[in-house]
Amino acid sequence: MVPLSHYLILSATLFSIGVLGVLIRRNAIVVFMCVEIMLNAVNISLIAFDRHLNQHDGQIFSFMVMAVAAAEVSVGLAIIIALFRNRPTVNLDEFNLMKW
Amino acid sequence: MELLIFYPLAAFTVLLALGVVFNNSPIGSAVSLIAMMLGLSGIFIVLHAHFLAVLQIIIYAGAIMVLFMFVIMLLNLKGDDKAWKIRERNLYLSIMTGVMVLLALYKMIDKVLDTTFGEGADVPDTFGTTVAVGTSLFTEYVLPFEIASILLLAAMVGAVVLAKTKVD
Repeated sequence: MVPLSHYLILSATLFSIGVLGVLIRRNAIVVFMCVEIMLNAVNISLIAFDRHLNQHDGQIFSFMVMAVAAAEVSVGLAIIIALFRNRPTVNLDEFNLMKW
Repeated sequence: MELLIFYPLAAFTVLLALGVVFNNSPIGSAVSLIAMMLGLSGIFIVLHAHFLAVLQIIIYAGAIMVLFMFVIMLLNLKGDDKAWKIRERNLYLSIMTGVMVLLALYKMIDKVLDTTFGEGADVPDTFGTTVAVGTSLFTEYVLPFEIASILLLAAMVGAVVLAKTKVD
């Protein structure tokens, strides 16, 4: 049986990789993918604690995380398409419409 | 025995997550992310969460990543957006934030290794099956389930409206 700490370390590592991707990359679509990595990293630790405590709550919660991720991706990609129509690039540094 | 399955799966997942970040083309990132999702569903199977593992493949690899691929193909990116480049503006701020993230990761791992979690509970064979998850989803957690359906409806309407209107 795999100890709980292994899953938590894997989850923390994946989350950090996702944060680094959001910070480093300037391509809006890749930044979105890195947000997906972070959401999945959280799912791992939810299910690992679930298994450790023999409950079902964490699995329900990660189910909800998946639903929110699906909603987030559909709206986010629609925003990217709307922005791309306005200015044909997905480089995040180019978007400064909301800057005061 | 489970460790022998867990370590290759974990290494596979972390490598492909790095592949998402450090890939040259968005398509390459998307393919790495699909493979990462498959690795994660393997990890869920090691955790006995079979229902979530199947959902992971169907929702993420099946639906969300297809949407990503679709948008990447639709946008027809120019060469300057394809090439991997570090951001020019706020470079030092980004580097400092990255170092902070790595330090936070070190602290998290340090804390986890220091803590004793005790032995895990013995799980029954029904743990993580569709019956077990579905029963508690439709009895105890039926309100969050309904709220999720409203959220998805709102996201659907929002996506259609956003993709239709022109931003000035």
